[in-house]
Amino acid sequence: MSHGTGHYYVPSPSKWPIVGSSALLFLAFGAALTMNKVEPGYWMLAIGFAILTYLLFGWFGEVARESESGKFGEQEDKSFRWGMSWFIFSEIMFFAAFFGALYYMRQLSVPWLADMEHQLIWPGYTGGWPTAGPGITETFTPMGAWGLPAINTMLLLTSGVTITYAHWALKKNDRSGLKKWMLATVALGIAFLCCQIYEYGHAYADLNLKLTTGAYGSTFFMLTGFHGFHVTVGTIMLIVIYFRCAAGHFKPEHHFGFEGVAWYWHFVDVVWLVLFIFVYLL
Amino acid sequence: MAVVQDVHGHGHDDHHPTGIMRWVCTTNHKDIGTMYLWFSFAMFLVGGFLAMGIRAELFMPGIQILEPELFNSFTTLHGLIMVFGAIMPAFVGLANWQVPMMIGAPDMAFARMNNWSFWILPVAASLLVSSFFVPGGAAAGGWTFYPPLSTQGGMGVDMMIFAVHLLGASSIMGAINIITTILNMRAPGMTLMKMPMFVWTWLITAYLLVLVMPVLAGTVTMLLTDRNFGTSFFNAAGGGDPILFQHIFWFFGHPEVYIMILPAFGVVSEIIPTFSRKPLFGYSSMVYATASIAILSCVVWAHHMFTVGMPTVGQLFFMYATMLIAVPTGVKVFNWTATMWRGSMTFEVPMLFSIGFIFLFVIGGFSGVVCAIVPIDIQVQETYYVIAHFHYVLVSGALFAIFGAVYYWLPKWSGRMYDEKLGKWHFWLCMFFFNLTFFVQHFLGLAGMPRRVPDYALQFADFNMVSSIGGFGFGLTQLLFLYIVIKCIRSGEKAASKPWDGGTTLEWTLLLLHHIIALKHLQSLSNSVREVWIHRAIKLKK
Repeated sequence: MSHGTGHYYVPSPSKWPIVGSSALLFLAFGAALTMNKVEPGYWMLAIGFAILTYLLFGWFGEVARESESGKFGEQEDKSFRWGMSWFIFSEIMFFAAFFGALYYMRQLSVPWLADMEHQLIWPGYTGGWPTAGPGITETFTPMGAWGLPAINTMLLLTSGVTITYAHWALKKNDRSGLKKWMLATVALGIAFLCCQIYEYGHAYADLNLKLTTGAYGSTFFMLTGFHGFHVTVGTIMLIVIYFRCAAGHFKPEHHFGFEGVAWYWHFVDVVWLVLFIFVYLL
Repeated sequence: MAVVQDVHGHGHDDHHPTGIMRWVCTTNHKDIGTMYLWFSFAMFLVGGFLAMGIRAELFMPGIQILEPELFNSFTTLHGLIMVFGAIMPAFVGLANWQVPMMIGAPDMAFARMNNWSFWILPVAASLLVSSFFVPGGAAAGGWTFYPPLSTQGGMGVDMMIFAVHLLGASSIMGAINIITTILNMRAPGMTLMKMPMFVWTWLITAYLLVLVMPVLAGTVTMLLTDRNFGTSFFNAAGGGDPILFQHIFWFFGHPEVYIMILPAFGVVSEIIPTFSRKPLFGYSSMVYATASIAILSCVVWAHHMFTVGMPTVGQLFFMYATMLIAVPTGVKVFNWTATMWRGSMTFEVPMLFSIGFIFLFVIGGFSGVVCAIVPIDIQVQETYYVIAHFHYVLVSGALFAIFGAVYYWLPKWSGRMYDEKLGKWHFWLCMFFFNLTFFVQHFLGLAGMPRRVPDYALQFADFNMVSSIGGFGFGLTQLLFLYIVIKCIRSGEKAASKPWDGGTTLEWTLLLLHHIIALKHLQSLSNSVREVWIHRAIKLKK
């Protein structure tokens, strides 16, 4: 334990939690009002986001400074590892809820709606997947797997490789290699997001595939949407790590900030693979 | 309180804000634990107020006080506030106070995040409470907020959804903190199988929390998009299914009831050995029983939905899996009883609440087995029998354990003794009024009185009046509890550092350790020297 102060670092009283809570207060009330089309909702959302941005810079900045000033030893490092692992586990469970909904609709509720009993209510509905359900008559084209989504799979898988190269470079103390591979990872993340935005535009404009397109539209957009949101967050995290690398942060033997983000990035990657199989391919 | 806090010193090196900002900015697990406990008590009073409203309306047949819509909001918010605002935060408060002390950790692993886990709660509470005053009123579809009722509803439902998101985020952060603290911050020599049962039950509870709270977040997110953005998760016309909501909700909801009861098991497992002056009987079987309950709790969820129309095979699976939970629970009850067997028992207030817990929780457990039997469940579904069942589990189970824990550890927290005589009054009044309120509800349910309805047929009148009188009594009794706690903190007699001679866990040795060597110095010692001292303290304890 080369750094660390000999006892577990307990931070001194901090304003950040209450700043975070006030951001959440504005965001939650703002969102509830906005969704019900009440005027000040937008303003509250804007204020909430502003406070949130201030919070993220402030809190994470403070942690980065603490880390660089050698306050975190081995035991603190272990805490971060446990914490990040269980956070990612909780994220997996969040996605599991949506994959569970997809499974339930495809395998259970859609076939039920097409069975003999339901012919009384929905005559002529034959079920099958993809479907917008018996009551939504607008036609749509489902998203194919082998165009852009396959390219997206390649992009994300490649980014998993580049971030590993960055990690190896960091461990060998090859700072220029580190920055190069980090930049490549960020670029791949952004490319993925651009493709995803293009795909959404394509879905709405050409395929008549919308969030409101029944079971298929709901699961398609909610799963890819939440994944895309996580990629966005992950990319921002990667950018922050890139700038920290450029500023000389992290040491070959002490760089959990980097590793945590890498773990998160791999998690996003794996979710995409599951998503590619169950949403696009099957 | 000051004494205890100094002893359990921190590596805080900077400024310490004073006044209100001391509480707002604190990173001290004890301050945070205290805030959790006071918050949960405040929410307990709010939820209790709603319960009083419900019982007042049900005092007589007919509509007297609450319009049906408002009545439904009362039952909905009563459930949500008691579950998420009172019981869960109270246990997290206990964990904050006790877990670091019981395992010899300097604080929680993530002290700042710990503060944030708490301060999210008032935001969520303000969403829930203020939803009463928005157009359309608060959510009124029951605390389980099933669609399609919850896809209708006004802005109040959206506010409730965001409140649930926030409460979930707070719980996940709290759970991660507790897991990390327990796995990474134990004093040397404190192996997993030497940990106090309270710590074990919280470790397992925290795993359940990270497992199911995100699923709840997913559910309410689907509800939100169904309501506001035209998705069809719970809409049959779009290929979805309202029953889908029930499956996902109860995948969260059933483990949730164990989240509320496992720490209670832990508390009782601490109190009973102390006042029986015997070590806990069957410690390792207790640990395995807790783990089995947690695992089983994840595969029984559909027993909440026997009447939705499910294949017989499914009903049988969920029935047997549910009944299986009675086995590890039986192990626990046996162990508590065996711990008391031939112990030199005394009956201070914490012990009274623990014994009351065992009696009444077993009644709730048995009525749970009754509800698990499919043909019977089809009869008692949505009746007062179910209400009686889960109040026996959650009030005389979880809440009694919380009361017991407060009496047990208050001398440690405040440095002062509570008034034993008043405490005993509190216990016996609780026992009497609780049973008066809820025992008769078994009869009401078996006779067919439906829940969540503000009016009822005349033949239910007598029992409802009895139940309401009990309810008012139980509510008033809790003001006595508030008085006892305040009196203890303000003017209680000074308590010894180890007020219970049978206490064996590490928190009682803290002052002892302090006398050996001032912990201020301990903080500046190297790890190895500190380890030696902590070792010695653990030995002394034995």
